[in-house]
Amino acid sequence: MNMTLRISNIYKSYNGRSVLKGCSFSFDRGGIYVLTGHNGSGKSTLLRICALLEPPDRGEINYLSGSNIIKKDTELKRRMTLVLPKVGVFNTTVFKNVAYGLKIRGIKGNKMEERVNKALDFVGLAHKKDQNALTLSSGETQRLGIARAMAIEPEILFLDEPTASVDMENTEIIENIILNMKRKDKSTIVITTHDMSQAERLGDTMLIMSEGRIIQG
Amino acid sequence: MDSIIEGFKKAFILIFNLNTELLGIIFLSLKVSGSALLVSAVIGIPLSAILGLKKFPAKGFVISLMNTFMGLPPVVVGLFVYILLSRSGPLGFMGLLYTPSAMVIAQTILALPIVVSLCHSAIVGVDPIIKQASMTLGATPFQTTITIIKEARYGIMSGVIAAFGRVMAEVGAILIVGGNIAGYTRVVTTTIALETDKGNFELALALGIILLTISLLINVVLHFIQKKGMVK
Repeated sequence: MNMTLRISNIYKSYNGRSVLKGCSFSFDRGGIYVLTGHNGSGKSTLLRICALLEPPDRGEINYLSGSNIIKKDTELKRRMTLVLPKVGVFNTTVFKNVAYGLKIRGIKGNKMEERVNKALDFVGLAHKKDQNALTLSSGETQRLGIARAMAIEPEILFLDEPTASVDMENTEIIENIILNMKRKDKSTIVITTHDMSQAERLGDTMLIMSEGRIIQG
Repeated sequence: MDSIIEGFKKAFILIFNLNTELLGIIFLSLKVSGSALLVSAVIGIPLSAILGLKKFPAKGFVISLMNTFMGLPPVVVGLFVYILLSRSGPLGFMGLLYTPSAMVIAQTILALPIVVSLCHSAIVGVDPIIKQASMTLGATPFQTTITIIKEARYGIMSGVIAAFGRVMAEVGAILIVGGNIAGYTRVVTTTIALETDKGNFELALALGIILLTISLLINVVLHFIQKKGMVK
């Protein structure tokens, strides 16, 4: 594992309501971490803070290379990605959606095409690459979100409730994609889910959250 | 009634014979309005993105001002530009009054609020999840802004085309600042006004038909763009 994540004493409130009340953990073992707990326990907020989408009110979040703290800049943000429960789909083809993360990194031409096609193959959307992404079903859209993340080959991949809005069939497909990613890639995967059985199926390390705290990890 | 029918007949003859005077007037109209539109788009699209995506004091006031200016009376704009460019005005030294450049300035002032207001609506209409998706994939704030503008492209194009329709049909401002000089600042709308005054309906009708055709084309293009933007 190249990069590790350490969070210490993270607090976060929205409009005076405490969502996170001192979360600490080290994501340093690789594999799949599953963050589980009831709705409103703070899982998604913690994930957004870990993905550097928003800062905590208090506490420290550090990405480390060995024992060195990595500067929180665009370069660091490009070494990770977060797939949101509602995937923001761009009004263009499936292919261009997946190519987006590569284009903004300056990766073009054959290399870009190769990585996009590989990611689309992996999630089973290769046959829909020329279709407008807005026409995909909710399960396919979620798979598109994962393909988009996979194409950029992140060192840490955050998946926020990846199967919350999809049917049983797509849930199984997505779970298999995640397990295949673990086997194939070296990236660390952090998933939130409120489904305990899914947490057990996917997780190497399980973290249970309750009322803004990690109570078991 | 006979004179109107006769007028239409002569108008069609002028159009189908590709009358050089007629072509010159149409070309100048497209050149002036096209230039005004280009300037408005270059200024207006980034401005609408700033208004839609950034937070700053008096933002609401600027948006209200732009919405109000969408209905600016062309003669008032003409008067304002005339005062600015007249020999005794603050920009009189530039010698732009009664030139196509003065007409472009007046039409830009008319088109800019339309471009800004409609493009702003298109940009704020983009789902906020797009911004988050872009950020999670590692985009810089500038790349995220460009992504949002691209997502709003159909609305932006509609805004730009609507502004083009407005300036092409405008007569008051360009008549005041252009002076309606034959072969130099005489455009479609000012010619229609002049020829109607003179009772020379053939040329006025021919230009009217052309103006309506341009307007129809603009609306067809607008409809096509809006349809393309809607994904079933």
